[in-house]
Amino acid sequence: MLSKSEVQKIASLARIEITDEEAEKYSKELSDILGFVDKLNEADTESVEPIAHITGAKNITRQDKVVEAIIETKEDIIKNFPERKDRFDKVKAVF
Amino acid sequence: MIRDLHNKLLNQEITSEKLTEDYFANIEKKDPEIKAYISLNKEFALDKARAVDKKIKNGEEIDLLAGVPCAIKDNICIEGLSATAGSKILENYISPYDATVIKKLKESDAIFLGKTNMDEFAMGSSTENSAYQITKNPHDTLRVPGGSSGGSAAAVAADECVWALGSDTGGSIRQPASFCGAVGLKSTYGMVSRYGLIAMASSLDQIGPIAKTVEDAAIILSRLAGKDRFDSTTIKTAGKKYEDFLGADISGLKIGIPKEYFASVGLDKNVEKKIREAATKFEKLGAKIVDVSLPSSDFALATYYIIMPSEVSSNLARFDGIRFGKSVGAESEKTGEDLTLGDIYFKTRAKYLGREVKRRIMLGTYALSAGYYDQYYKKAQKVRALIKKEFEDAFKKVDLILGPTAPTPAFKIGEKTARPLEMYLADIYTVTANIAGLPAISVPCGTISEDGKELPVGMQLMGKWFGEEILLNAAYIFENS
Repeated sequence: MLSKSEVQKIASLARIEITDEEAEKYSKELSDILGFVDKLNEADTESVEPIAHITGAKNITRQDKVVEAIIETKEDIIKNFPERKDRFDKVKAVF
Repeated sequence: MIRDLHNKLLNQEITSEKLTEDYFANIEKKDPEIKAYISLNKEFALDKARAVDKKIKNGEEIDLLAGVPCAIKDNICIEGLSATAGSKILENYISPYDATVIKKLKESDAIFLGKTNMDEFAMGSSTENSAYQITKNPHDTLRVPGGSSGGSAAAVAADECVWALGSDTGGSIRQPASFCGAVGLKSTYGMVSRYGLIAMASSLDQIGPIAKTVEDAAIILSRLAGKDRFDSTTIKTAGKKYEDFLGADISGLKIGIPKEYFASVGLDKNVEKKIREAATKFEKLGAKIVDVSLPSSDFALATYYIIMPSEVSSNLARFDGIRFGKSVGAESEKTGEDLTLGDIYFKTRAKYLGREVKRRIMLGTYALSAGYYDQYYKKAQKVRALIKKEFEDAFKKVDLILGPTAPTPAFKIGEKTARPLEMYLADIYTVTANIAGLPAISVPCGTISEDGKELPVGMQLMGKWFGEEILLNAAYIFENS
């Protein structure tokens, strides 16, 4: 069972603010799901290697060449900035 | 259906403009109740339709999809249009580019009527997790259309479009197709580019068609498939026109029935009966029904509920109120509230992401966090290898695998929302195809009477990796016999 403080820690790692009441609810829901996935411990995986995806493709490379976007695309990207100054995305100071 | 419309357009029995207007008229009539669409694209669609009509008049060659109206799930980007992914956090987002599938469909001159409703970020099995509206099942409006591509499936079923695009991470094309009596196809992982699809779980996601017929699904897949420089997981394929291979005799085709699929307690007896009848029909058509065993099927859903949220927690980190979408930072400019950068992340995500989305992000964050990675994520990736191996073995004996698409027909709105785990069980038969990367199709195989309504049931056929040709042919023969 995940405690409320564990849930708060997870939420903090995930950058989501949650209230005390929400933490309580999530602690129950997440514990239920974790209880369900514990089933995996019954699977015998001694002799298998983990796989990340299915086609087995690896190290797919391409030329490291910049393809300039057209000006309209650039403007459309800028229009999506929540806050902007001129053509810059405006953010709070990091430090 | 697409081929018929194509011929009518070519023979100038109907214009694309008239066809498009007719579909918009039907949307106006039905969508206030069904609520399949989040946004419509009328001006743009009619302009495009008139352009196609001009091409036809000038005797230019046109593609099968040209001038035919379709709907696009709202997590697939079309330049200049909104793409909410069913979430409030993207309410104000306008896509600056086309997804690769959209680029391809534009080359085919397809007509986009609008964007369809979905569970927020494709997380759900009923479309009830949409932040905008609840879509109704056209066969019984007290019931859900399935999900997460519920808007697309309902739009097809209610004749609010000819066909639609959905996306499938754990069954999100096939399960709603099953609930709505449509055909839903998820191709082999790597067949269709994911570029421009708002990512949920990248090792599982595939875009695919929801359509009226198997032939339509084949026509659409032929146009979507192919290697894409913007998605390094796509595989070069032969560029087959799948619709040209339909109708071949299926005598001697070996179809496996996994005994584990019928041992599950959640399987509705009436659904089971329909699937058994489908197997008998295949036998009459000359196919051989073979018992197979996929013992790790029992672990598939648990594996999915580790891998998927883990990838979700990473993919959804981008929704932080900084580069696009809703942001409490922009709002604080007006209110004068003094927020730090951290506050903007925490409060934006708290305010604009829904409960199911937060739940999955936190689950994935936990599974990937220090000390738990081996226990959860690595273990799930090992079971994934196990599941894949079992399919490899099964496909040495059989050509296709048959089972139910979903354990029940469409359930009632509100029936499962209070208990997330119960909702997750709706995907029990579909997730394996995503985990193993296999192509799978849901095809209508009858109806069940409940509360005086006829509820559709779908059967699922799974094929070998890149075995879409055999898969689609068997589905086609079944549908047309």
